[in-house]
Amino acid sequence: MSGFITTLVLIAYEFFKTGLFTIGGGLATLPFLLDIAERYPHWYTTQTVMDMIAISESTPGPLGVNMATYAGYSILGFWGSLTATFFLILPTLIIASIVARFLARFNDNPTVQAALVGLRAAGTGMITAAGIGVFRVAVLNLPAFMASGQVGDLFNLTALAMFIVFVAAMAKFKKVHPVVFLAIAAVLGIFLGL
Amino acid sequence: MKLLWNIFWAFVRIGALTFGGGYAMMPMLQKETIERYGWCTQEELLDYFSLSQCLPGIIAVNMSTFVGTKLAGSTGAFIAGIGVTAPSFIIIILVAILLQQVTDLSLMNHAFAGIRIGVAALIFHSVLRLSKSSLKTRIAQLICLGAVLLSVFTDLSPIVIVVVAGLIGVMIGMYNNRNNIEGEASGS
Repeated sequence: MSGFITTLVLIAYEFFKTGLFTIGGGLATLPFLLDIAERYPHWYTTQTVMDMIAISESTPGPLGVNMATYAGYSILGFWGSLTATFFLILPTLIIASIVARFLARFNDNPTVQAALVGLRAAGTGMITAAGIGVFRVAVLNLPAFMASGQVGDLFNLTALAMFIVFVAAMAKFKKVHPVVFLAIAAVLGIFLGL
Repeated sequence: MKLLWNIFWAFVRIGALTFGGGYAMMPMLQKETIERYGWCTQEELLDYFSLSQCLPGIIAVNMSTFVGTKLAGSTGAFIAGIGVTAPSFIIIILVAILLQQVTDLSLMNHAFAGIRIGVAALIFHSVLRLSKSSLKTRIAQLICLGAVLLSVFTDLSPIVIVVVAGLIGVMIGMYNNRNNIEGEASGS
């Protein structure tokens, strides 16, 4: 029993630390997760982390949360996964809610307003870049293009046509929930053999 | 109480339907917080997004905490954060239990190839909507272009991009302010 509690405390500590020191999205948690794998080889291995990246790409949710849940589960079952996930998001909850209050209080300050104009432009740019990243994986076929040098090989034409139709449909049917488009995309993916 | 309940379920839906982390969350956030409930504006979501890049922790949880705090203080933040995390938590536990029993992965792979195209289109659509409010001036368009190029072609941390963009915004603001004051002084 005391071993159970000790392990829970260790899990809480390690994932709280990961949540506190990870900045940025996507794979920013990766170095911390690999570090834990090295120090606690009986918890999970680097191979598990690689498998998790693949699973995270095909299930909803952030890699950090997915990994904490999976690792916690493989260490101590349900209670391990609950502890790991809760302590991973705890520092975020505390810090972001403090910053949110600060933002609300100083929102009318002209300097804060001026800074936000810059931030919004940069935010739009970073989301665009992320969109380009997904587009590259989903629609372009870079390996085939590199191998042949033919521009025709660069585009997966079925995927490109589907992308264009989807963008047009989203602009036209604004009331439709995004998940409807994703469901149609999944079905098309199966039937077109993408 | 009704508000807290709505916050919780809105973020459960956002968490369950976001494939691919913080960036891909934007279309779902727009749908739930702007269109369905009118809780936020496009500008506010962009502010939260940029600040979330610079704060510790998972970006999706950061953004949920911002919206939750705005609506219902610390309780709202807590509810939104738990809500957005819950679906991944449940799904991964199921995956951990079932992983060995899934045999036909090729069908899933085709489905996810399709979903990725859908996600690319969704992000593109959401950028078009955001740009209407965030890229009104030439300077803002230049900052945006710079952020795109730096993000695509370099490994520069988003923190650097956000901080520099904020500083440029402040300097432009001060410059405009001084011109306005001088304009008024010479006009009178």
